[in-house]
Amino acid sequence: MSVQVPRTLDDALKAIAANPSAQFIQGGTDLMVEINFNHRKPTDVIALRRVDELKSTQIDTKNMQITIGAGLPYQMMERGEIAEHVPALAQAARTVGSPQIRSAGTIGGNLGTCSPAGDALPVLSALDATVNLQTQKASRTVSIHDFMIGVKRNARMPGEIIVSTTLPIVSGWQGYAKVGVRNAMVISVASCCLVVDRINGTIAVALGAVGPTIIRCRETESWLAKQIDLRTNPTMPDNLLQEFGSRVANESKPIDDHRSTAAYRRHAVSTLSRRLLLRAHS
Amino acid sequence: MMNANTEIYSLTVNGKSHQVKDSWVGESLLYVLRERLGLPGSKGACEQGECGSCTVIMDGDAVCSCLVMAATAIDADIRTVEDLASDGVLTEVQQAFITEGGVQCGFCTPGLVVAIEHLLSKNPEPSEIEIKEAISGNICRCTGYGRIFEAVDKAITVRKVNRT
Repeated sequence: MSVQVPRTLDDALKAIAANPSAQFIQGGTDLMVEINFNHRKPTDVIALRRVDELKSTQIDTKNMQITIGAGLPYQMMERGEIAEHVPALAQAARTVGSPQIRSAGTIGGNLGTCSPAGDALPVLSALDATVNLQTQKASRTVSIHDFMIGVKRNARMPGEIIVSTTLPIVSGWQGYAKVGVRNAMVISVASCCLVVDRINGTIAVALGAVGPTIIRCRETESWLAKQIDLRTNPTMPDNLLQEFGSRVANESKPIDDHRSTAAYRRHAVSTLSRRLLLRAHS
Repeated sequence: MMNANTEIYSLTVNGKSHQVKDSWVGESLLYVLRERLGLPGSKGACEQGECGSCTVIMDGDAVCSCLVMAATAIDADIRTVEDLASDGVLTEVQQAFITEGGVQCGFCTPGLVVAIEHLLSKNPEPSEIEIKEAISGNICRCTGYGRIFEAVDKAITVRKVNRT
């Protein structure tokens, strides 16, 4: 086994070009668990934690978008500029593990692992984020919806590094909520991100841990936009909230597993989405 | 670029450089600290980042050493619980754990002490919620946390007196 610790993106790209099957490690909060329990024994590892270029954030106020480096740890998203422009991401970051996990775990790690329970992923989906990938020779941008292709499977090609993700800065309320077995230090049993676009009068709802990848509730989104004018700040009648919740639950595709049951997860996303919609309009 | 494929690399722990020899390079920092460098203060319990018993400070951040691949931590400044007491004199936090009865079986104690020292180094007078948040990644199954919070309060008071 070999471990490489590049200091620049160029060196990291060289290392993966020379050995496209090498395993990347970012904060290590997923991969090391698998290694500690002998579930994985990688032969060659490229550690990205020392590549400073992957930790930068650019805010583009002209195009109203923010680009977050794949190596930025969650603790840097909890407050400050990112929290100000993408509050749902700050809320999601805040629910990741513990301070120890948030100082190590990164948004690029979430994308690389591509678990449907990854806390940043519903936010990226609800905001129609893009994922920026790079090889030594080329770079490309992929929609988050095309990037996530299955349980722990993504569209990253051999030799590519996930360098950053770009999210739009949206005017309107946004939030993230999740259910786990306790308040701190949990992996999602079910999660939900809701984003209201006040300018365009649209809403986006994305669900985590209730399907093979993050689920966007597109039917519910367009249904709601027809019921009320989201450009204003309407009060949500009770029956509308109820129907919204059950429509969201109907679009989820949960399973029974070691963490919870499908029935509970369906119930959880109905409640979480209803709660977020209520918070958005109060 | 550093290549740790020779199975010899060095780590800077508590200000001293240590050579790690004859190891498998996929080993966790926790394992290397305990089994290769003779620093058993950090405890191994869950080995999946849930319990915080293995908390160390790496480049100024509290991290679970079980989730750090040791060979990737070259050039990092690693501080373990062994770095706290100097010449046998306990820190205010360590002393408060004793006087307030914050220790029962003791397995979680090193991780908690490191997490609390880290909090107080950045925020000498944290609120109750900030304390709870700072140790939310450290699990204690004996004390019920009451006496741990008392120890933190005590340490805050004593630190304030000692440092003014």
